[in-house]
Amino acid sequence: MQTSVQLPTDPAVQYLLRIGDTCLILGQRLGEWCGHAPIIEEDIALTNVALDLIGQARGVLTLAGQRCAPALDEDQLAFLRDERDYRNPTIAELPRGDFAFTVLRNAMLSTWLKLLWERLRDSGDAELSGIAGKALKEARYHQQHAADWVVRLGDGTEESRRRIEAAMAQLWPYVAELFDDDAVEAAAEASGLGPPASSLREPWLAEMAEILGEVHLPMPKQGNFRSTGKQGVHSEHMGYILAEMQFLQRAYPGGAW
Amino acid sequence: MYTQAMDTMAREGGGKLERVLSADEQALQQRFDARIDAGDFIEAKDWMPDNYRKTLLRQISQHAHSEIVGMLPEGNWISRAPTLKRKAILLAKVQDEGGHGLYLYAAAETLGTSRDQMIDALHSGKAKYSSIFNYPTLSWADIGTIGWLVDGAAIMNQVPICRCSFAPYARAMIRICREESFHQRQGYDSLLVMMQKGTPEQKAMVQDAVNRWWWPCLMMFGPPDDQSPNSAQGMRWGIKRVSNDTLRQKFVDATVQQAGVLGVTLPDPELKWNEEREHWDFGAIDWDEFWRVVGGEGPCNRERLEKRVKAWEDGEWVREAALAHANKQAMKEAA
Amino acid sequence: MNTTSHEWPLWEVFVRTKAGLDHKHCGSLHAADPKMAVQMARDVYTRRSEGSSVWVVRSDQIVASDPGDKDMFFDPAEDKVYRHPTFYKLPDAVDHM
Repeated sequence: MQTSVQLPTDPAVQYLLRIGDTCLILGQRLGEWCGHAPIIEEDIALTNVALDLIGQARGVLTLAGQRCAPALDEDQLAFLRDERDYRNPTIAELPRGDFAFTVLRNAMLSTWLKLLWERLRDSGDAELSGIAGKALKEARYHQQHAADWVVRLGDGTEESRRRIEAAMAQLWPYVAELFDDDAVEAAAEASGLGPPASSLREPWLAEMAEILGEVHLPMPKQGNFRSTGKQGVHSEHMGYILAEMQFLQRAYPGGAW
Repeated sequence: MYTQAMDTMAREGGGKLERVLSADEQALQQRFDARIDAGDFIEAKDWMPDNYRKTLLRQISQHAHSEIVGMLPEGNWISRAPTLKRKAILLAKVQDEGGHGLYLYAAAETLGTSRDQMIDALHSGKAKYSSIFNYPTLSWADIGTIGWLVDGAAIMNQVPICRCSFAPYARAMIRICREESFHQRQGYDSLLVMMQKGTPEQKAMVQDAVNRWWWPCLMMFGPPDDQSPNSAQGMRWGIKRVSNDTLRQKFVDATVQQAGVLGVTLPDPELKWNEEREHWDFGAIDWDEFWRVVGGEGPCNRERLEKRVKAWEDGEWVREAALAHANKQAMKEAA
Repeated sequence: MNTTSHEWPLWEVFVRTKAGLDHKHCGSLHAADPKMAVQMARDVYTRRSEGSSVWVVRSDQIVASDPGDKDMFFDPAEDKVYRHPTFYKLPDAVDHM
């Protein structure tokens, strides 16, 4: 049984993992739709989004791994960490749900990622800036695809309306975490690595309001629930994702793939 | 192997004589035959004999169904791919298969059917798909093996169809073949890495996968020529270009060499080079197994169909909503 | 808009691979509306950098010549060989025209 890799406490690594793990885990969830989407054309479209996200994950995880000592590669990070060392916000790991849940989560996270990549083009880390330039184009497409679907479902049939409203109620409590600041975010801002989480809140709300406004889908009231994925304390869903994702690497230590 | 349609048609009593043609139609038939003989293409709106249309529709739609159902055995391992590179490659490959199904449904639709009708035929069990996809993927090595052997067999079958007389099918096949060779190469590459650099457990995994997939892959080419009565008509119409046995032999010859490079043993003790024929002799195929699986009694027939039906039914409200929204938009614009 | 069928309409897809070339027909797909059709065309038909521009047209909007008219539509062009430059034999010295 392959044992886990250990991570440094370097806040820059934590910051990068928050981004890379979001792409990784969301990509993992979207990949679950392959062969099961409502129509083949959409199968292909969702898989494209998943592929883009996996590509982004590879770039960011590689970067994070280079800052570890000893250095770790993208696969060691993706497949051999303990659950508590994954730093994606909890919203990314929630089960894919129905199609309404998937497109609404995609709209939320692609908007968040788009705003993040926009700012990361100015990162003091040249490689991260390069990754951001490419990822931004992908995020724009993802946002357009997801937003179009939110509108179709929000103003489609009674059933689709009911489902998108239900998705909103389920997802909204997990949004707050995206914009929480802490020492990791502060260090990233101070070092010029990237923007602090809170700086994205207003632009995100504005863009989401535009998308949701098209179909008069109100944003629920902010409650007191706080998810804690960014701190490495995940929901019960994370364990199952990792069990599947990590299985081969754990079961065949030293394997070549 | 997609000409399995013609082979199964024999058992189902299809492919009967054409109805009697009028004088006009006889002239059209003659022109049609002349074009086929000259190696010309038939386009969707050209006159064609009823049976040509029916046979093609069956073959193309079943080919399309095969691609879609074929997404499931490999899709089974996407969440468990061992590296990010392999995950991306597998996603891209399975996505391609969806795309191939789509190109083929599009080609079939030019013959006067709709996507919904074809999907309905699949889900009700009336239409078939290549029986290879009724086998389970039990290990990661199955994924590489499918790429190497199943896609390898598919390529061998598909290249001749690029010259099919029915042009929409031929054009779809050209597009598919361009994308397909990556499928075989990625599978072989995956196995090669495990065999050359992997652990003893990985090597055992590869050999086990090959042991399970070899014979079903040989069955992919369909029954022996002397048990495929509809093949002749298919050849006459330029739908089928090469016989089942010829393709099967070609596949064995190519694969034995590839297996050697990999360092795996093909599970056939009767596999032997025949100096006289200049081909590899191979053992007897269990045709009972083939007909059993084609008939619905394979390891995964029920699950494959259940998954496809579920995806379609679960997606009903989505498709309805998109149409409803489009209608609302259209009415707004018209106002 | 077909409101009686529950099937998404069929669209024909044309892709221009790069500036300077024509859009070429490459197949069809089902989509519920024009925006979706364009996006799907991009997802289905341009994954291998085959496209710089995509057109989609509802299949029922395509007006096609009747194959039955093929003779009268297209045969008359066959014997007007004087339309082709190769019909004209010029001395080598000026043949680059």
